[in-house]
Amino acid sequence: MAKVAKSPWLLHYDGSSCNGCDIEVLACLTPIYDVERFGIINTGNPKHADILLITGGINTQNKAVVEQLYSQMPDPKVVCAVGICACNGGVFKDCYNIIGGVDNVIPVDVYVPGCAARPNAIIDGVVKALGVLEEKREKMKAERGKTN
Amino acid sequence: MANRSVVPFGPQHPVLPEPIHLDLVLEDEKVVEAVPKIGYVHRGLEKLVQKRDFNDFVYIAERTCGICSFMHGMGYVEAMERIFNVDIPGRAKYLRTIWCEMSRIHSHLLWLGLLADGFGFEALFYQCWRMREQVLDMFEEATGGRVIFSVNKIGGVLKDMPAEMLDKFVKNFNYLELQLKDITEVFLKDYTVESRLRGVGILSKEDAITLGAAGPMMRASGIKIDTRSLGYAAYEDIDFEIITSNECDSYARCEVRIKEIFQSIDIIRQAVSKIPDGELSVAIKGNPNGEAFARMEQPRGEAIYYCRANGTKFLERMRIRTPTFTNLTPMLHTLKGAELADVPLLILTIDPCISCTER
Repeated sequence: MAKVAKSPWLLHYDGSSCNGCDIEVLACLTPIYDVERFGIINTGNPKHADILLITGGINTQNKAVVEQLYSQMPDPKVVCAVGICACNGGVFKDCYNIIGGVDNVIPVDVYVPGCAARPNAIIDGVVKALGVLEEKREKMKAERGKTN
Repeated sequence: MANRSVVPFGPQHPVLPEPIHLDLVLEDEKVVEAVPKIGYVHRGLEKLVQKRDFNDFVYIAERTCGICSFMHGMGYVEAMERIFNVDIPGRAKYLRTIWCEMSRIHSHLLWLGLLADGFGFEALFYQCWRMREQVLDMFEEATGGRVIFSVNKIGGVLKDMPAEMLDKFVKNFNYLELQLKDITEVFLKDYTVESRLRGVGILSKEDAITLGAAGPMMRASGIKIDTRSLGYAAYEDIDFEIITSNECDSYARCEVRIKEIFQSIDIIRQAVSKIPDGELSVAIKGNPNGEAFARMEQPRGEAIYYCRANGTKFLERMRIRTPTFTNLTPMLHTLKGAELADVPLLILTIDPCISCTER
């Protein structure tokens, strides 16, 4: 990533996390870590978002919500699983209500490890996601060129 | 009669970091009824006691919630210590008290920030979270973790804080107190803030009792109950007055929580001046057998932990009753008659922790 050319907006959804990763996601936006200086804004509207940050694993109740949020986001979009629970279920893997990581339901592009994931790791994950977003955008442009 | 309409609220909503769904029945802009639907964060954590042994379960108990993580771990180990019938060393009790109060400070600052964000005061939100980071830095220095720091074990604690570190922390808290005085002025005296909080979401003393409110929500309605006065950990050696308010509205809830931060800083000072030297933990032998309760005052109110063991290394049952669960009914009560625009703020005033509630 040489530079951030666009201002990517985030959508944050708490799957079934313990809050640990959620408050760290919020901590990224506040003065100490401050991702807003890169133009990254936490939006509440899936139709405004480029990057979906999900914390926590998938359970039977929130499966449909995650699918719906993902489908509402416009292309190109990137999914970033934050914390070990979102990656594969983590300590709750054996719980009866947990299906597993986010990749059971929607495609995940970036995995951020940690319990709870530290703000530095989350920012690193978002920067990686920006690279993926750029690739997807290029690919979309190329495909549009073919049809025209 | 005005037309009735139903507005769905959540589970994904800009003001809520956590998912909760409410069906709001509206008459024009007024809420007539609110029907909650919860379960988006349910994992089935309590059932895991049958798959993880009682020592490992400390780490699961801590992950009930990432905000009051230390206290969840502590509630579980206190219940287990009662089953084992062990008395933990004095130094461990004091260390637990200090970490509890540090957790309370960070949790209340987090809530104040979210509240400020809820009524649209971005700069205040940032100030609160900037101050909260100072507490997290201290956690990191003392334990290595920022939000989940696993320092409890059955029989004591795993890490010590040397005297120089404690002195440094007291200095840090003195400085934090000065900064806190500045934002207290804004929260309690600024007229725009007052206009959003005063008289909004009234919960009378009688309603608070019948609906079973807990924690600052209850104390803001004039009920003088605080589980810390039972004297678990080192609280029996510490002087503190239970903070209450008789105004019963959102402003009172904000005021009670701000005063509790000052009180927590004072408790930390007292604990640091009285902390004894000695061991950090006692050894426990064998497998647990029997049942026990532990009660604890969390930032959001009273939590109860119940453990039942059968002589094997797996417990039979573990149950947590969390404060947000009991606070949901008073919250639905305050929503009735409120305006739609005040709904996010009213949800925030109970300091909801959905992750604790649904586990």
